[in-house]
Amino acid sequence: MWKYVLKRLVAMIPVLICVTFLVFMIFQYAEGDPARMILGFDATEEAVAELREEMGLNDPKIVQYGRYMWNLLHGDFGTSYSTRMPVVTELASRFPNTLKLAAVSIVVAMAVSISLGVLAAIKQNSIFDMFSMVLALLGISLPTFWIGLICIIIFSVHLDWLPSGGSEGLRSMVLPVITLSMNSVAAITRTTRSSMLDVIHSDYNRTAKSKGLSKSEVIWRHTLPNALIPTLTVAGIQTCFMVSGTIMVENVFAWPGIGRLLVSATQNRDVPLALGCIILFSVSFSLINLVVDLLYAAVDPRIRASYKNK
Amino acid sequence: MMNQKEAAHAGGQAPALDVKDLVVEYRTHHATVQAVNHVDLEIPSGKALGLVGETGAGKTTIGLAIMRLLQEPPAAVREGSIVFRGEELRSLSEKEMQQVRGSQISMIFQDPMTSLNPVMTVEKQIAESIRHHEDVTQEEALQKAREMLSMVGIPVERGSEYQHQFSGGMKQRVMIAIALACRPELLIADEPTTALDVTIQAQVLEKIKELRNRYGTSMLMITHDLGVIAEVCDEVSVIYAGHIVEHGTLEDIFENCLHPYTQGLFDSLPNLEDRKAKLKPISGLMPDPTCLPEGCAFWDRCPYARGICKMKKPARAYCDDGHHYVECHLYEDGKITKSEVKDVG
Repeated sequence: MWKYVLKRLVAMIPVLICVTFLVFMIFQYAEGDPARMILGFDATEEAVAELREEMGLNDPKIVQYGRYMWNLLHGDFGTSYSTRMPVVTELASRFPNTLKLAAVSIVVAMAVSISLGVLAAIKQNSIFDMFSMVLALLGISLPTFWIGLICIIIFSVHLDWLPSGGSEGLRSMVLPVITLSMNSVAAITRTTRSSMLDVIHSDYNRTAKSKGLSKSEVIWRHTLPNALIPTLTVAGIQTCFMVSGTIMVENVFAWPGIGRLLVSATQNRDVPLALGCIILFSVSFSLINLVVDLLYAAVDPRIRASYKNK
Repeated sequence: MMNQKEAAHAGGQAPALDVKDLVVEYRTHHATVQAVNHVDLEIPSGKALGLVGETGAGKTTIGLAIMRLLQEPPAAVREGSIVFRGEELRSLSEKEMQQVRGSQISMIFQDPMTSLNPVMTVEKQIAESIRHHEDVTQEEALQKAREMLSMVGIPVERGSEYQHQFSGGMKQRVMIAIALACRPELLIADEPTTALDVTIQAQVLEKIKELRNRYGTSMLMITHDLGVIAEVCDEVSVIYAGHIVEHGTLEDIFENCLHPYTQGLFDSLPNLEDRKAKLKPISGLMPDPTCLPEGCAFWDRCPYARGICKMKKPARAYCDDGHHYVECHLYEDGKITKSEVKDVG
């Protein structure tokens, strides 16, 4: 098992190299001169040229990339062009906010959607089932930013119940969490419901009933553990979506996290800062995928057996 | 005729299971499927009754109706009584029925490949039943489960494995272990060997026979395979289109069958003495269960059919022993002197 984890961690290295290379090159061909950006429009041509030389911006692009990666290998993400602070410091101050938002949203989304999906399946074709399916349909069809804006209009502007932005206290988290988890709630609810129904009608569920177990015993011991396997797949994918969804939600709700940092860094052509954000996102994706695969092994003995052979 | 029958049982023991006039339908938006039509079954205590008929005759529905495991809706038990040890199962509450299931009546299902929970070890699945019905700790239940495993011929140390690590025959033996873990009085085996290959079939049947003899379990063996019936059953009920058309002891049916359908079943078996002989399958198909014919359900496939067969349902006619009965117009005067089907067939 540990061998498998190690293998997966090593496999992250080529992924990161590809991601950094692609993003680095895209920024190189983007408009705007970082030296001009730093010095401002009043600076003389000479001063800009001097700074360009000093920053190594005149070197071949591949050399610049090599230098960036060499520094990265030593834990140096570079210095932000716009704030003049080390990128690591910037990331460290913002990352906990994003983590908080994403983690709370995932927990809320899983709790809500699994309960909805399980109940909808148990009470198939009831009013409750229809209600949750309509909710799921809405959640999957409506775009995140639109949900966010509508939430602000209703709950902040008209009702004045909740703040429309900022990160002070629990109240300011409510709207971002709702917005961020809406899509995932929809997707996970639908998957949970259909996989629950599959298992409810399965032969082994009938075997469990034929032992004389009560309805709730059958659901808890036999239906749910099996139905959660497909749910886990979708939840894993949704968690990744959610991490990237923070970019949108943080900007709508002025949440001081990595997503907002990434957008402003991109607007400012702040290459080191933007690269730092993207590396952080890539590492998060890879780690989430690894965790999901390990959770698979925990719930499904068939997958556990296949890992042992690897 | 009823008197004859009652007299035959007067001295005997009460039956383990007595199903009378059972009617089960599946109701969908489009049609009502008449799956089980006025079925009577009687399993003498400690004996094995074979329920034989072709696919779609309502055999599994009867088994599930006894266990009260039918998916309702669409299924609906419309009429009839199911008396187990003098108790009407249909009037039990769901809670009381849960006490019966698994401890007094157990069921083995047709497809062992899909009948075991894939994420629970097999010993836990056996222990679960014991734990549920008996006053034991989890450890004791597991101990008993392992005993059951070795009883069905599976090495005890494999108990901590999962179903995907077992072959089909082993899975069915695990199912047998689950079903017999609490020493039920009645075992319903629904085509337990159909999904297995022939060599494994014999092995599984042997296990069922052996354990049944050891515990004195009564059994309802649901099958379409007359070979299985001959192997394990004491009595046979032949079902056609959801209705019992002939019932008798194993000898009655195998030596002196009365109904043209029963005869047809025997004719469609391969002949071991003359391997070149062509099979004589029963021509045609079972009637559409959403609109059964008014008269005998078998009339349009029956080589003996007459005008009356199409119009009127045949009454039940008993042999002199008061036990072997048939529902066919060939015996409409109610007196059976000899089989009408053998010679002509």
